[in-house]
This record gives sequence, structure tokens and C-alpha cells, in this order.
Amino acid sequence: MKRTLASAAGAILATALFAAPAMAQGSGSATIDAIMKRGQLVCGVAGLTAGFSLPDSQGVMRGIDADSCRTVAAAVLGDASKIRFVPTTTTNRFTMLQSGEVDMLYRSTTWTLGREASLGTEFASINFYDGTGFLVKTSTNVKSVKELDGATVCVQPGTSTELAIADYFRVNKMKFTPILMQDLSEIQNAYLAGRCDAYSTDASGLASFRSQQGAKAPEHTLLPEIISKEPLGAMVRKGDDKFFDVVRWTYFATLIAEENGMDSKTIDSFAANTVPEIRRFLGLEGDMGKQLGLDNKWAYNVIKQVGNAAEIWERNITPLGVPRGINNLWTKGGLNYAPPMR
Amino acid sequence: MTLSWSDPMFRSIVWQVVIIGGFAAIAWYLVSNTSTNLKARRIATGFEFLGRTAGIPIGEHMIDYEPSINTYGYALFVGVLNTLKVSVVGVVLATLLGTLIGILRLSRNWLISKLTASYVEVLRDIPLLLQLLFWYTVLQGLPAARQSFNPVPGVFLSNRGVKLPALNWEAPHLWALAAFVLGCVATHYVGKRADRIQDATGVRPRVWPVALGLLIAVPVAVWAALGAPWSIEWPVLRGFNFQGGLTVSPEYFALLLGLVIYTSAYVAEIVRSGILSVPHGQIEAGGALGLRQGVILRKIILPQALRVIIPPMTSQYLNLTKNSSLAVAIGYQDMVSIANTTLNQTGQAIEGIFMIGLLYLVISLSISLFMNWYNARVALVER
Repeated sequence: MKRTLASAAGAILATALFAAPAMAQGSGSATIDAIMKRGQLVCGVAGLTAGFSLPDSQGVMRGIDADSCRTVAAAVLGDASKIRFVPTTTTNRFTMLQSGEVDMLYRSTTWTLGREASLGTEFASINFYDGTGFLVKTSTNVKSVKELDGATVCVQPGTSTELAIADYFRVNKMKFTPILMQDLSEIQNAYLAGRCDAYSTDASGLASFRSQQGAKAPEHTLLPEIISKEPLGAMVRKGDDKFFDVVRWTYFATLIAEENGMDSKTIDSFAANTVPEIRRFLGLEGDMGKQLGLDNKWAYNVIKQVGNAAEIWERNITPLGVPRGINNLWTKGGLNYAPPMR
Repeated sequence: MTLSWSDPMFRSIVWQVVIIGGFAAIAWYLVSNTSTNLKARRIATGFEFLGRTAGIPIGEHMIDYEPSINTYGYALFVGVLNTLKVSVVGVVLATLLGTLIGILRLSRNWLISKLTASYVEVLRDIPLLLQLLFWYTVLQGLPAARQSFNPVPGVFLSNRGVKLPALNWEAPHLWALAAFVLGCVATHYVGKRADRIQDATGVRPRVWPVALGLLIAVPVAVWAALGAPWSIEWPVLRGFNFQGGLTVSPEYFALLLGLVIYTSAYVAEIVRSGILSVPHGQIEAGGALGLRQGVILRKIILPQALRVIIPPMTSQYLNLTKNSSLAVAIGYQDMVSIANTTLNQTGQAIEGIFMIGLLYLVISLSISLFMNWYNARVALVER
């Protein structure tokens, strides 16, 4: 929390001291120019959740959010490894983005009207369709959220979960006592110590937390109800439409590659393919990349270096035991639908 | 009269104008630049969000709070009350405990003075945040609600906090309380009258039988006359948790415990220094005049010690109040915690931080004003 306040105060000072953002020459995007000049994309992540962003034993950030950041680095700089991950908390993430400490966020952030309307930021993609869930101790024998009347629930403050639970309990005429703690590990410890009857956050986060318990995972049960829509995605600053386009279309590129059966291993074999969309995708025809202000082989770099949407999912989320469900392509019953690349 | 640089009056006015002008220019630059930049970044500004429905749940509230109806402004007020709840109780308890420790440290008993000395040294040297986390972990280590400790009937200790039986508050209780307050005022005047009689005749009439009657007998009589209602609400384990009775949550309890114990170590040292500042000869002189111990303490030591004690004590009260913001670490929703959530939900960090600062300023200035008034009252009247 000290960190939160400090960074918020820092952001205020930064906004107060520095003059209006300089309009760039080169690409027409201040953010892209800054990334080029730095030779590095600075991406805000959580850095604490397995499957989303968590450093491995070598200190390399792993997870779907980390890989989504890498796709943007591959598209802009042509090299997915030219990236610096900045861990952010639920409360300092927006200030970090607003003040320019990070170029963008892939931090399990829910797309809501309030956040887009008043924060000076906007959402460029949805890399995970999620919903608020509840985790309880198996020993309590609770089988449904409806049985949680009067329960104490551990929640992180400043999240959309916090608002979703309050709404849900009110609609169902149930009462609950919230326990709110800033620090993710503090709130998880409080749940494990029995301070709360239930721990609530996005269902994916709960699955990730449960899998981190290793052999003790069966002691915790994920309740079947998902009480809200939580589309998680990339957040960028408003006013830099070029960069917004790049982030959005980089995500679409991973979907289009999956639709066309291109992945990091097979993409080279498509060089001789004659389908126009695939040729445009690979930068062999047209000037899709140039229109975005990028190298024409940007999409190829993304898939070759990081992978398509299915690969990113299988690498990071499948080990948590979460089925792909609505996160599948629209052709397989999911919500992921990319507009055509032409 | 000519304006001359060698005129000190002229010089001081020029300097004041320059400094105030410079300050105003910097303030204007910061404010205007901030608002320009916020506009350029399309970040919402202003305080309209205070009137918006909050939606954020709050675990502990002294007044009714419903997230779906009440506004952010109201939520913040709930937070201010939570801060005051821990600060006021903390200040009182820290003063009592600290005074006790400070006096015991002066004891001629070796064991007692060494024990209290190590209490002071150990607690002053460990960072408060660490102590808070320690107490919170200890309280979380208590058994679950179903296996709670039950030391006295109706009192339950569990990881959900301390449950106490609550008195069902009814009108006669209020009247009895009013009678007690009136009794306090009346006792004060009885004491004054006793002073006057003592000044005039040298003999002090007995005050305590009257005081006893005013403070205890009359309120009890009022309560009995109104039907002597007496019903207790016992905490009962139902569902997930205890229902009914009073709850002291682990978050509040840990915060209070940490603040009181930490601050009491400083208070003890202040009290000790205050007592030691009174020359020992005065106490011996009092003894030689035949005054009793209690009279020496009240009439000779305290009036002089308080002058030394009160100014640093004010700082400790301010410290305790501001340290209560560490509540965020252990999940007690004080005003910083709620303002922090608010600024995050609305994205209006500048307004949020500004309000936290302003609210602490108001609370701290109130404490200072009160303590300065009290200090002026007990200050030695110099003739």
C-alpha cells in the first residue's frame, strides 16, 4: 500500500511537472516511437498469478498475459524478447499506465464502461473471457454460492470483483462480510488461515491459486456459479490510436493464425501458400504491416516467436486445468472472432 | 517618507511580497499544468464522484452502510469514523497503559523496573508494521468459529474475532446514563464547594460519600424506577459465524493492540521524564510537612510533571492517529483504505490523495488544538 500511495503520488508529481505529451514525428504514435527509441516494450503485468504472469525458476515471466505482451513486442520491434515486465498491483496499475511508467497493461484487467470513460485509458483486446467465482474449503460442504448467506468473503480492493459481489449478494437478498486486503498473498493467506469462508476473484485466478496449492488442491472447491462477466484484456492510454490499432490487431493476428492452422512450428511451411489472406498475413502480399506503421512481416514475427492463440492458451492455461470453453474460436463455440485482415 | 532599502520595515515587506508571490506562482503552475495534462490524457477530474453510488463493500461500519445505495462520499465518512474509532480508543488505552508502565519503571523493585524497562526498549525498537502483522497473525491463529475458545460464558475467541454478549439497549439505560453524566457535573461542583470551605475554614468536608451517591446510587435508582430492564443478547453460532452479541473483529483488534502497545512504550518514557523532572527535594519537603503520598502526587508532582508531559504527548497522539493508516496492511478499512479503493475504482488519484491529506490535517489539527488548550490550562501560572 505504501508502494501504491507512493506511485500514485509519483504519478501526480509527474503529471504536475511535465508539460503536455510531445507529439512524435516518425510513426505518428508517441508510444511506438518511445518503444522504438528504448528498443524495449514496457508491459505492466501482475507478476503474481500462475498461468497469467509469474516468473519461473529462471526469472522469466510466464503466462498468458506475459505472452500477450510478447506478441506486441514481436509486432513492434520484431523481437519478442525485447521486453521489460513491470509488476503492478490492482490499485497502482492505472496510475502506472496513465503516467507513462508502462506502455500498456496486460494485467487481468476487466473491461468496464467506468474504466474506459473516466480513466483516460481504453481496452484494445480481450485475451481472456472470465467471470467472478468463489473458492471455498471442501470441508465446509458448501455446494453453491446461494449457501454463502452470512459468509465472510476475502476480496482484493479496487477490483471489479469487489463491485460484482456486492451487487450479487444484494440481488439475492443475502448478507456477507467483506475482508479486503491490498496484497494478493495477504488475502490468500487470510483465506487459508480460515479468516474467510470464501475467497473470490476471477475464476481463472481461483483455478491458478488452487493449482499453486499442489497436493492440497483437493481441499479447496471452486463453486459452480460464475456471477459476472469479466472480460480481461489489454489496456492502453487514450489518444494514441496508432498504438491502439497495433495492440488490437496483434491480438487478432494470433486468432487469424489459429483459424488458418498456422502456429509457430508450421508457419514457415505456409510460404508457398496461395490463399490471399495468408499471403497478406505473412507480408508476402499487400502492405498490411505498413498501414499499421510496422514491418510487413509483423504478424509472421508474432506467430513465429510467440505462437497463435491456441498455443498461448495451451502453454499457460491448460496446465491449470481450465477448459478453453468460451475462449475458443467462434468456429468452435467460443467468443473469439477476428475481423478479416484485408 | 522615502522608500529606502536600509529601512527594515520596507525590506521585510518586499521580501514577504516576493516570497508569497513566488509561492503563488509555483502553486498556480502546478495546478494549471496538472489540469492541462489531465485534460490532454482525458482523465476525469473534479469531485462529482463523491456523489456517485459507491458499490464498494465495507466490512466494519459504525453507521448503516449499503454499497448499492450509499455514495463514495458517505463511504469515505464511514472510513473517517473507522479511523476515529481506532484512534480515540487507542489514545485512551495507550495513555493509561503508558502511564502505568512509566510509573512502574520508577519502582524501587528491581524486577519490576527491569521488566518495564525491557518492555519499553523492545517495543520501541521493532517497527510498528511488523508488530501489526505479528498481532494479526496471532489472532488468525485462533481456532475456527466452531472450535472457538469459550473462557467465560458468552465470550468466544476465534479467528473471526472476539464475541461478547451485548446489552439490549433500552430507554431506561439512556436515562441512567444521563443521570450519571449529571452526577459527574454535580460532583465537580461539590468538589469546588469543598475547596472553598477548606480555604475558608481549613477543614475539608468529605466529598466521597456525596460523589458515590451522585455517581452510582442516583443512576441505579433511575434505572430501577423505570422498571430495571436487563436483557442480554448472547452470541450464538449459526451457519458460518456467530450471530448476535458484540463483535470485535481481528482486524480492529490487531490494529488497536499494535498501536496501543507500540505507543505506550513512548508514553511510558514521557511520563517517566515528567515525574523525574520534579526535584526530589519537593517530595521530601511535602513529606516533612506531613502531607500524605496521594496529596503529594496530586498537589506537587502532577501539576509540575504535566507541564513537561503534555507537549510530547500531543506528538504521540498525532503519531498514533497517523500510524492507524497502516491498517491497510491487515485489512482494517480505515479512511485511507476506503479512499484508496475509491481512487482506484474512479481513477481519480489526485482528488483521492488530496482528500486523504486534508482529512488527516483536519483530525491532526483538532487533536493539536485540544491538547494546546489543555496545555495552556495546566501551564504554571507565573506571577
